[in-house]
Amino acid sequence: MKRLQKAIFLCIRTVSLLFAVSAISFALISASPVDPVQQYILGLGTAVSPEQRAQIEAFWGVEKPLLERYFSWLGQLLCGNLGESLLYRRPVAQIIGERFRNSLALMGCAWALAGIVGFLLGCVMGMYRDKGPDKLLKKVCYVLSSTPAFWLGLLLLLVFSVWLGWLPVGFSAPVGALKEEVTVWQKVRHLVLPAATLSLTSFANIALHTRQKLIDVLESDYVLFARARGEGEWTILRRHGLRNILLPAVTLQFSSFSELFGGSVLAETVFSYPGLGSAVSEAGLNADVPLFLGITLFSALFVCAGNLAADLLYGVIDPQMGEGEKTG
Amino acid sequence: MTENRESLLSIRDFGVSFQRYDSRMGQTRLQVISNLHLTVYPGEILAVVGSSGSGKSLLALAILGMLPLNAVTGGEILYRGKELTPERQKQLRGKKIALVPQSVTFLDPLMKTGKQADGQGGTGLTQKRRDIFRRLGLPGKTENLYPFQLSGGMARRVLVSTALLTEAELILADEPTPGMSLEQALEALRMFREMAEEGRAVLLITHDLDLAVEFADRVAVFYAGTTVETARASDFQNGPDALRHPYSRALWESLPQNGFRPVNGFQPYAGNLPGGCPYAPRCPLRTARCETALPPVRTVRGGEVRCYDGA
Repeated sequence: MKRLQKAIFLCIRTVSLLFAVSAISFALISASPVDPVQQYILGLGTAVSPEQRAQIEAFWGVEKPLLERYFSWLGQLLCGNLGESLLYRRPVAQIIGERFRNSLALMGCAWALAGIVGFLLGCVMGMYRDKGPDKLLKKVCYVLSSTPAFWLGLLLLLVFSVWLGWLPVGFSAPVGALKEEVTVWQKVRHLVLPAATLSLTSFANIALHTRQKLIDVLESDYVLFARARGEGEWTILRRHGLRNILLPAVTLQFSSFSELFGGSVLAETVFSYPGLGSAVSEAGLNADVPLFLGITLFSALFVCAGNLAADLLYGVIDPQMGEGEKTG
Repeated sequence: MTENRESLLSIRDFGVSFQRYDSRMGQTRLQVISNLHLTVYPGEILAVVGSSGSGKSLLALAILGMLPLNAVTGGEILYRGKELTPERQKQLRGKKIALVPQSVTFLDPLMKTGKQADGQGGTGLTQKRRDIFRRLGLPGKTENLYPFQLSGGMARRVLVSTALLTEAELILADEPTPGMSLEQALEALRMFREMAEEGRAVLLITHDLDLAVEFADRVAVFYAGTTVETARASDFQNGPDALRHPYSRALWESLPQNGFRPVNGFQPYAGNLPGGCPYAPRCPLRTARCETALPPVRTVRGGEVRCYDGA
């Protein structure tokens, strides 16, 4: 019963959040100097007289009040119609689907790598607290977390693609190759640098949080008792440390979806990687309003899914929270 | 009688102080335990009785060599006649010296109780542990519960079981019984007694004088970070005349069955100790030298006492 209630609550929360995001982003776009009509006319490639322009505006309902425009857009949205991209002249949903598949590979790799590396380094830092390895890694973390993703991307490009020539400069496949002929190996080679950029800028957060939590755990009464029972430091980490520091790490890891998405916009732009991130910057720069709003909603859903996953995993890792769900 | 046996643990002139950094005064030292004398013999239960804040729990950590890093110790601790160095403490921890800590916070919140009690011994100890759980009145399902699902008394019984599972020769039990029902507490103490009869020793740290007198062989009275008297438990049953230190007598008189008379004043806290005998400010028998120099330990009628009176 409690589970059902919780599920309903989460659904309501997600829907109301998406509703709020759609309203706010629609209002912001309307208030901005972005002119979708102008963009549409540019895309036509022919000269348009002021009368024709007025006709287009009347057809699109540009002069109608904001609320009316919003609700007609929302109505279409609820029917599953995200509109057509002004830039690509194709349905927005189709573009998001395609781009997201590319981004998923990139963000998935970067996310897993950042999580694993961050957690392991956090453990090492916690165990060697205030000693050499901890001091060194802490500096590395501070430097990397204050490095902008696009700058790091350029740096990696310069070193590994331009100077060393080990890895391709951009895109998700060799230029000019047919889609059917692209091998997995080629795809992986194109993925390395953007994924490295994205994970390098995001693991520091999880490493520093894991370090602090491990230090708290090592100072706890139950670790004191474990020491009194003759357990060694590494046994303590394995028996008591890992599970107790996993909860904050998992929470952070799943709630980092927003930073991950934000980082992917920069990384994909630098590497011309055809993912959702580069699509959003193209849509923004070219005033492609339908695509822009579509991706905004999609990314909100994506971040929401991450937080939801963190919520659900709590109960699995911490029996106290699982119990709370059943009885409390 | 006990004096002729070889001691298991012998603590002499032991002190613990903490280094603190103060913005105005720079580095300062906070003396928490000082001039502590205590001897534990195999086969006995020695109770250390003192009020909270008197430094009792630190004593257990000091014996295990697990004081915080900013703690400085003085004096010496001998285990089986040899100095208890940090290396030896590390070897003996959990094997020859076992701790029974105070509360549920000493259990890992994310590990099931049974697995936790087995400890590093793993499944090899499971059968023995189940027997001990049963004797302590823990229901069979306890082993599958997490610490947050235990009552305070259950948690303490689980903690007691961890020491009973070891081959330890010395058990440091820090307030093991509060929260248990009388029956459970008695069963736990009976198990400590059995261990003592096997030739092991139990150091029972408690604030409960009645319990100490009932179950221990000897009672050490702890006051402001030091032991003022170590007496046979029977001395407390025989009344104030059998006791040696004015504080022990005051403690005896403050028990409900002995008149419930409170002692005036309060125990000085660490960092605020008077020079000389720490009990002097409250003592009816104090003389001028009590306030300037700490009395040496004397053996009086088979007990040890730090007092000039009667010397």
